[in-house]
Amino acid sequence: MGDVLIFAEHLGGHFPKTTLTAIHAGIDLAQKRGGKAIAVVAGDAPEAVAAEIAKYGASKVIALAHPALKNYLADAHAAALTALVKTTGAEFVLTTATAIGKDLAPRLAARMNAPMASEITAINDDGTYVRPMYAGNAMATIELDGPVKVITVRGTAFDAAKPAAAASPVEKLDAEIDAAALKQEFVSFNQTKSDRPQLTEARIVVSGGRGLKSGENFKIVLEPLVDEMGAAMGASRAAVDAGFVPNDLQVGQTGKVVAPELYVAVGISGAIQHLAGMKDSKIIVAINKDEEAPIFSVADYGLVADLFKAVPEMVEELKKVKAH
Amino acid sequence: MKILVPIKRVPDPATTIRVLPDGSGIATDNVKWVINPFDEIAIEEALRIKEKQAGSEVVLVTIGQSTWQEQLRTGLAMGADRAILVKSDGYLDPLALSRILAKIAGDEKADLILLGKQAIDDDSNQVGQMLAEMLGWPQATFASKVEFADQKVTVIREVDGGLETIAFNLPAVITTDLRLNEPRYASLPGIMKARKKELKEIAAESLGLELAPKLKIKSLTAPPKRQAGKKVGSVAELVGVLHTEAKVI
Repeated sequence: MGDVLIFAEHLGGHFPKTTLTAIHAGIDLAQKRGGKAIAVVAGDAPEAVAAEIAKYGASKVIALAHPALKNYLADAHAAALTALVKTTGAEFVLTTATAIGKDLAPRLAARMNAPMASEITAINDDGTYVRPMYAGNAMATIELDGPVKVITVRGTAFDAAKPAAAASPVEKLDAEIDAAALKQEFVSFNQTKSDRPQLTEARIVVSGGRGLKSGENFKIVLEPLVDEMGAAMGASRAAVDAGFVPNDLQVGQTGKVVAPELYVAVGISGAIQHLAGMKDSKIIVAINKDEEAPIFSVADYGLVADLFKAVPEMVEELKKVKAH
Repeated sequence: MKILVPIKRVPDPATTIRVLPDGSGIATDNVKWVINPFDEIAIEEALRIKEKQAGSEVVLVTIGQSTWQEQLRTGLAMGADRAILVKSDGYLDPLALSRILAKIAGDEKADLILLGKQAIDDDSNQVGQMLAEMLGWPQATFASKVEFADQKVTVIREVDGGLETIAFNLPAVITTDLRLNEPRYASLPGIMKARKKELKEIAAESLGLELAPKLKIKSLTAPPKRQAGKKVGSVAELVGVLHTEAKVI
């Protein structure tokens, strides 16, 4: 009762900060529900990653191995985790609401006829959870009924697990999968290459909107500011739709939700759906030539200015600050 | 190809959402109701497939109150062939909705189910994936491109680090993302034709399915409101306050 299986996402031998967030949230959930937190690392050869995950405080780590788990695929992973829930008798399965988490968790929930809470922002002591609805304009307190419950957590709402005093034991298990029943084929992953920090992990995010007018301007006007600040680069939906930048830079209700220490919105009007993705940032700065732009209603500091003048000027001012 | 497109009625995305003082829901007096934007993209994709594959049929289905006929008519006006309204006045959780859709998909002998990745009111992002599992079909969520070669489907998906390509055979469930297509407007001839297209209403309880909710919404609250800050007069001032006041740089 109360045991939590934490699905620990990984790729290429590394795991993102969102995995540490899942571990922290899973440990919190286990404590509140009176059980143990067990991290699960699935893959064709998961032992090395499992050994790393074991440093972060879960009661134990299961390295769940099977050739069919080499790449993430919904059906194979849902089958493997369902079997594991049965053998461990876990009450909860928890992961972060990343693209993989969102794709996998509902399939897993349906397979076990279990209810699922999507992208929660809080775990209450009374057994309820809080999650955003209506693009974050309403917070819902919800209850899940059933012997097994599936939960995804919003990455920005929980801290990342820190290294623990000692490493937890790692148990290697072969996943139970009927490979003949699998129907999905992984073809390829076209990963956007960047030396910049990850959008969901950066301390500072600088985002550009339609006001930049072109992908070229993202490169020549915005990127110097992004790099001067050592920031991650984000974008509004409008900028992505217009083809200025790739899809994985989109910040918003249906893109990435970020909560950095500093969010700088450049040429972004501030539609409800964009605000949904960044309004929990600690400090928000907006640069827009339209003083009525809705973004100013959430900005701590607003500058009404032509971004094509203001942004290069800001790069120069920042260099001066660094020089002191 | 028989394409089933589940759609949901939601408040227009530009609506100012107000949580009711008793927390039981949102105020609906100022709400303009529309088809969930992601479901509109699904309808559009289904219509494009139908235009390329002769003999295809696009069937819309929604689960809600009788008034949701309005959204079905809009979809029919865009070009869908017929519509089904599963009438339910009470709350149905994602598992129950998926169970109903799985039954309809089976009865209709659907080859493909296209629906939005999430409804912009509850933002759950669960039904498509649950439905695929209940039917035992492959799923491709957050699709930004769908290509067919006979029975084989290749889908490019928008994922965290870029674009992922997966492939599978029909039948399958695909959930749409923003950039899959740009939905067409209903034409006036389309609106006229829609009036004569079949719109069947059936009661959710008549389907003989387990519908009692396992996910219950206890209450809603408004989130803490972020206060507007101040306007600065220059870039120099901005950098100054970020350095000395906010201390973030």
